[in-house]
Amino acid sequence: MSFSQEFARGMRKSPPVVLSSAPFGLLFGALAVDNGFTVGEAVLMSAAVYAGASQMVGLDLFGQKVAPWLIALSIFAVNFRHVLYSAAVGRRVPHWAPAQRAFGFFFLVDPQYAEAERKAENGENVTFAWFMGMATPIYLFWVAEAWIGASFGSLIPNTYALGLDFLLPIYFLGLVMSFRLRPLWLPIVLTSAVASIVAYETIGSPWHVTVGAIAGMALAAFMPVNGNGNGEDAA
Amino acid sequence: MTTTVWIILASAVLTYLSRIGGHLVLSRFDRIHPRVEASLNAVPAAVLTTLVAPAAYHGGPAEIAAMIVAAIVGWHSGLMTMFVIGAAVLIAGRNLL
Repeated sequence: MSFSQEFARGMRKSPPVVLSSAPFGLLFGALAVDNGFTVGEAVLMSAAVYAGASQMVGLDLFGQKVAPWLIALSIFAVNFRHVLYSAAVGRRVPHWAPAQRAFGFFFLVDPQYAEAERKAENGENVTFAWFMGMATPIYLFWVAEAWIGASFGSLIPNTYALGLDFLLPIYFLGLVMSFRLRPLWLPIVLTSAVASIVAYETIGSPWHVTVGAIAGMALAAFMPVNGNGNGEDAA
Repeated sequence: MTTTVWIILASAVLTYLSRIGGHLVLSRFDRIHPRVEASLNAVPAAVLTTLVAPAAYHGGPAEIAAMIVAAIVGWHSGLMTMFVIGAAVLIAGRNLL
C-alpha cells in the first residue's frame, strides 16, 4: 500500500480523538490565560509538550506560584507512563528508521498508543505513514484549540462565577478515577489524599504534591505483589 | 525569555524524553522488578490525587457538592460526562447558594 493510502487509513482513526479532546484543548487555552499565561505561551505549551493532563497540572501549579523546577518535575511525573508506552510500541516498529522513531514517538499520546497496540495485536503492520496519518490531525487540532481557547478565555469577565478556578480539580478527579481498575487503586488514592492534605497544612504548597505522590508510590511498592498490574485503564 | 517559557521548554524536553526513553532504555531490560513496576503503576493516580485532595479539603459547599456529584457520575460514565455534570453543579452552586 502506498504512503498516501496508509496515511489516509491512519487519518480515519483520528476523528473520535479530535472530538473528545476538543473541549479540553479549548479549556486548556482558557485556563492558561486565567492562570497568567499569554496566548503565545498557551499555544507553545500545547505544541511543545502535547500532553493534555500534564499541561493542566502545569497550569494548576503555575497558578499556585510553585517553583519552576517543581512544575517541570510534576509534569514529568504525570507523563512518566509514556515510558511504558514507548517501550511497548518500540517493539512493534522495528522496521522504522531511527529518525522515524525519534520523530514519531513525540506524538505518542494515550489514544495513539492504544490504537497502535490494537493494530499490532490484530497482526497488522504499524507503518510510519499510518501512525503519522492518525497523529497529524490530532496534533494540529490540539494546538489550534489552545489558540482559540486562549483568545476567547481572555474575554471572559467573571471567571469565578463560571467556576474556572475549580474546573481543574474536577478534571483531575476524573483522571484519578480513570485509573480505578489498576491494582491497589483505592489504598493508593486514600494514602496520597491524606498525605497531601497533611503536607499542605503543615509544610505547605508545593510539597504536598511530592509528599503525597511518594506516599502512594511507597504503599504500592511495599504491598504484596499480586496480579501482573496490566489491568486496562477505564479511560 | 520569560520563566513561563523556560518551564514550558523544560517540560517539553522531559515529556519527549519519557516518550522516547522507554524505547531506548526500558526495552534493554528483560524484566522490571515487580515492586518497581507496582510503584510506577501507582504514579499517575498518586500524583493526580495530590492535586484533588487539598482543593476539595478547602472547598466550600459548592465545591464539595461538585466533587461528590462528579465522583458518583464518574464511577458510572466517562470523563467527559463527569466533567460537564461536575462543572454544572459547581456553577449552579456558586451562583445560587
